[in-house]
Amino acid sequence: MPESRDPVTPDGVDHDTVPPASRSLLTVAGVLLLVPIVALMWVSSYARVEPKLGGFPFFIWYQFLWVFLCSACTYTAYRLVLKARPHRRMTSDAPKNQGEGR
Amino acid sequence: MNTIALATTGDHVGVNGVALAVLIALFALVTVMGFMASKWRRSSLESLDEWGLGGRSFGTWITWFLLGGDLYTAYTFIAVPAAMFALGSVSGFFAVPYTIVLYPIIFIFMSRLWSVSHRHGFVTTSDFVGGRYGSRGLSLVVAITGILATMPYIALQLVGIQAVLEVTGLGGSGNVIVQDLPLFIAFAVLAAYTYSSGLRAPAIIAFVKDTLIYLVIIVAVIYIPSKVGGWDHVFAAAEHKMVTPDPVTGKAPGAYIPAPTQYWAYATLALGSALALFMYPHSITATLSSKSRNTIRRNSTILPAYSFVLGLLALLGWVAIAAGTAPIGLDGKANAQLVVPQLFEDMFPSWFAGIAFAAIAIGALVPAAIMAIAAANLFTRNVYREWFRPSATPAQETKVSKRVSLGVKFVALVFVLTMDKQNAINFQLLGGIWILQTFPSIVFGLYTRWFHRWALIAGWAVGMVYGTVAAYNVVKPIPGGTQHFAGSVAAIPVLGQLGYIALTSFVINVIVAAVATVVLRALKAPAGADVTIKGDYFADEGDPRVRPLDEPVHLTTPTV
Repeated sequence: MPESRDPVTPDGVDHDTVPPASRSLLTVAGVLLLVPIVALMWVSSYARVEPKLGGFPFFIWYQFLWVFLCSACTYTAYRLVLKARPHRRMTSDAPKNQGEGR
Repeated sequence: MNTIALATTGDHVGVNGVALAVLIALFALVTVMGFMASKWRRSSLESLDEWGLGGRSFGTWITWFLLGGDLYTAYTFIAVPAAMFALGSVSGFFAVPYTIVLYPIIFIFMSRLWSVSHRHGFVTTSDFVGGRYGSRGLSLVVAITGILATMPYIALQLVGIQAVLEVTGLGGSGNVIVQDLPLFIAFAVLAAYTYSSGLRAPAIIAFVKDTLIYLVIIVAVIYIPSKVGGWDHVFAAAEHKMVTPDPVTGKAPGAYIPAPTQYWAYATLALGSALALFMYPHSITATLSSKSRNTIRRNSTILPAYSFVLGLLALLGWVAIAAGTAPIGLDGKANAQLVVPQLFEDMFPSWFAGIAFAAIAIGALVPAAIMAIAAANLFTRNVYREWFRPSATPAQETKVSKRVSLGVKFVALVFVLTMDKQNAINFQLLGGIWILQTFPSIVFGLYTRWFHRWALIAGWAVGMVYGTVAAYNVVKPIPGGTQHFAGSVAAIPVLGQLGYIALTSFVINVIVAAVATVVLRALKAPAGADVTIKGDYFADEGDPRVRPLDEPVHLTTPTV
């Protein structure tokens, strides 16, 4: 589609491209996001009663534990993607969108 | 415990005056807040961005309260412990892995949806699909699916309010008008402040709702188990109930810990529900109302706090087993949906039971309002403006949206009052299956234009039909016949394991869409124009909006 347009702007950037990013950092972030999904989809690894914790069966407390682990994973992934792909402004000298909405 | 004895003999428990007074007082408080919300941080409510998206101005914490209030609905709070109580962990506790894996999933794609919507002023996912694929048909399909899936969800919020009212002893006897009067009043109040304040009303009320929910559930999980013999006893009672065969059918009533044959069901219910949740219009509305690309990402790290609370709440279903709670409706029949309100009524002093009931009732108002706004936005943008009034001004759009939000709620009310509750539950089950069928058009579209617009429609149609038929064929014998839509799991073709129907339909949908894309591309079917460019998917707060004019993009994207 892009042939019919000329998205290169006065700031010299072709905005019809993906802003540059560190592949390795994005990969690490992707793995961190995948880990909780795989862990919880693997039901046979945690569908058991023992070891209990304060009366709670393993099945229950293990999944509660993943609430925190998952939060830690997404937070780390968040820091990584911010670092991996710094924001590229859409224009260099455009005023903020005037009028409605803002 | 008096109440149980009375209820089981079929007598109607009297109105619980103190609890009711507390409930009414808190309800009045949020009503005032709802109306005052229209003055909160507003410029003018004359555009859909303002009325329907709160000015796209909400920061991390407001979004946290709003999304928390929106996703963890009153119906969830009623239905999840009810499922734990009646059927055990596979039907109930999957809500925990569901609301955990949800966040890595939305982390990945929701910021792209935010960015492209910010650039192009999209209010709904249908707006995005229409702009991305240049397809009015696909856009309409997504809009209709969204509206269809949302309607029964709103109805179920009203069912949540009804459950609370029923336990306080209201709405039992007398004629139809008296019986449903409290629900009418709650409905009228909700409709009025949503009309006048738009998304700002649920955003403000969400603060109250979430605070009350956290308070009530934390108190409940600390206080009630100690009264019924501790957590050891709770789990022992749950295990005993779930594994003891029913004397009539000879089958165990449910699952304590999932058995190997149930692993697929448990995992697919969690994954399918997680993929579906952010396809619902109300989730999208709350996300697009945030002010920056990263608000939703930050929220995906802090929203799991609600998942933790939901897990505790699920366990209250098992606490109720240990407590011997008897959820008997005012009609004298057992109704598992009443189990949590009944547990609160039995265990808490009246005044705190009133706070707990208010938490659930107000918990219904927030999502109901957002759902009505979201459905109204879809109708206005993607049906009314797209097909009937392309020249509609922002002010006209807002006017239509406000009126449609009233209509949507009215239909939900009629639904609840005239149809059997089971119908609302069936439709909501179907809604979950249906809404997931829009996933390929929306989420795949955020990454690639490879899929052909007509192929996506074909995949959607096959997924919808397969899912609906499969859900219909889940039957359960009941006295005098069989009940259809008796559950959301069925055998997965090829694999033979039991799995969530929505996810099976989704896989079939993707396969059909991929095959049809290959064919359509070979036939050189027109692909449709794409109004977006790659950079749009990474835009952030402060980047200019593409002018909503019919000009080529290159004239409007740059400096202006």
